[in-house]
Amino acid sequence: MNKQFKAFLTGLAYLGPALIILLSFRIIPILFSVRISLYDWGMAGARKFVGFANYLQVLQDPIFWNSLLNTFWYALFTVPVMLFLSLVIAVLLNQKIKGLGFYRTLYYLPVVTSIVAVSIVWKWLFNPDRGLLNYLLSLISVSPIRWLEDPRGLFAIVFGALGIRLPSVLAGPSIALCSLIIMSIWKGLGYNIVIFLAGLQNIPTQYYEAAKIDGAGPLRLFRNVTWPLLSPTTFYILIMSTIVAFEAFAQVWIMTGPPPGGPLGTTKVVMYYFYEQSFELWRLGYGASIAFIAFLIILALTIFQRTVLEKRVHYT
Amino acid sequence: MKNRLTPVHIILIICGIGMFLPFYWMLTTALKAPLEALRFPPTFIPDIFKFSNFIEIFREVALLRYFLNTIFIAAASLIGTLFTSILAAYAFAKFKFWGRDFIFILFLALMMIPLPVYLVPSYMILFRLGWIDTYLALIVPWLVNIFAIFLLRQHIKTLPQDLFDAAKIDGCGTFRTLWQIVVPLSKPVIVTIAIFDIIANWNSFFWPLIVTHSDSIRPLQVGLAYFSREFSTNYPLLMAASTLAILPLVILFFFAQKQIIQSSARTGLKE
Repeated sequence: MNKQFKAFLTGLAYLGPALIILLSFRIIPILFSVRISLYDWGMAGARKFVGFANYLQVLQDPIFWNSLLNTFWYALFTVPVMLFLSLVIAVLLNQKIKGLGFYRTLYYLPVVTSIVAVSIVWKWLFNPDRGLLNYLLSLISVSPIRWLEDPRGLFAIVFGALGIRLPSVLAGPSIALCSLIIMSIWKGLGYNIVIFLAGLQNIPTQYYEAAKIDGAGPLRLFRNVTWPLLSPTTFYILIMSTIVAFEAFAQVWIMTGPPPGGPLGTTKVVMYYFYEQSFELWRLGYGASIAFIAFLIILALTIFQRTVLEKRVHYT
Repeated sequence: MKNRLTPVHIILIICGIGMFLPFYWMLTTALKAPLEALRFPPTFIPDIFKFSNFIEIFREVALLRYFLNTIFIAAASLIGTLFTSILAAYAFAKFKFWGRDFIFILFLALMMIPLPVYLVPSYMILFRLGWIDTYLALIVPWLVNIFAIFLLRQHIKTLPQDLFDAAKIDGCGTFRTLWQIVVPLSKPVIVTIAIFDIIANWNSFFWPLIVTHSDSIRPLQVGLAYFSREFSTNYPLLMAASTLAILPLVILFFFAQKQIIQSSARTGLKE
């Protein structure tokens, strides 16, 4: 037997188990998904070729655009707030303080706990009549917030107080969606802190010493040394947390409604809409089209972040 | 110097209390009587510690069944994942054969495709196989972890070539080299992969929600989620169930926290 051919067979034998599973449950499904999206495909086996009709229908579907808008608000608030908070805490933790391990454990704990349990607990905290959060707010004389039941947009409330009426596209995340945003920040913070801490510890101390000798204060140290040298880490966190924001699902399933996605559909994110269409209404072709369109949007966002922002990243 | 650090500690402690408060509230509510849990203003320390909530929960819901399901799924998936990852990583790192680099790049590319894109057809395939609502649907599709293969391959590539040459001269075959040389030398990476695989399987929700329908097959997170819909107002029991559901991972985390945190920081591993 040819030696090269034998090497090929040995290689394939070792890759075999992984390859078979990836073929059956990843590669073939991905290709098959393209086909399904071109059909009107129900679970009972009824199917009809419809070409790009599913895609066109998704793009004209107001609920899809609404779910995209909700996801957009969710990401727009979760990502930068989490980035900012985790950076501040990581910088504070990086000062060789006592009890670093203790704090790190505390902040990281929500990351390893399940999103299901955490959502149940936060739903209880957000309870408008009996919840801890409204009790704590009452201590500083803030009137109770209806949290997960309040469909009013954040910007609409703020501008409404000034007597300005906003179009519904600009109403901002509903108070209910803001509740999910608060919980998601709490859940993901520790992970970003740990990544930032690792990035901070990679910055050589000579840079700080040199800058100090030149008379730089703490703020200038941060702006001229820490921030530029940390930019690869910041960039990584930005891209990762945007992708994760698009995957939000369990929070909606557990905390909102009934029906989930409420009140008034203001917490129905793309992932939930996909789930609802595919696995509750069994419109599989339609679901597959939603999945592809959402994927293309994430891809475009990632490419945008890479081309526009990566120029400002300093790799050492 | 010491005085200058005090404000830092104050900020960190305040944030720390905020981070811990939900856990504290979960635990204390889990120990309250139903009426006390609904009292407003709430009590921060329960009047009576009702530990029996943690027993009652097993009577109200098939929690034990969910636990056993999850343990079984996590264990089976862990063994399978280690098996496929070690074999594939070894081939990628040490063999030279036609198509190797192509397959490797294909694997990496697959990592970037999000779940919804292949979820619908995967469901159909599982349906055709008759696997929906069986353990097979929960285990088999997740027997491969591409990121684990990648991590392990990078590690095996750093092992000195002399080792492999020596093994070959001594007449050690490729398979024996793998089990007697590569695996023992890769222990830290394998342990890391195992920890993250256990965490991922323990917390997995979306996939099992879709491929299971009957209560007896549900893993812990799905069972817990349905329970929270049914008993939406019995807060002590809900909190007791949530406490029990996160407890095993919290314990794992305390024992392996260095490993978990350092691996997250180094590789971007999550859950």
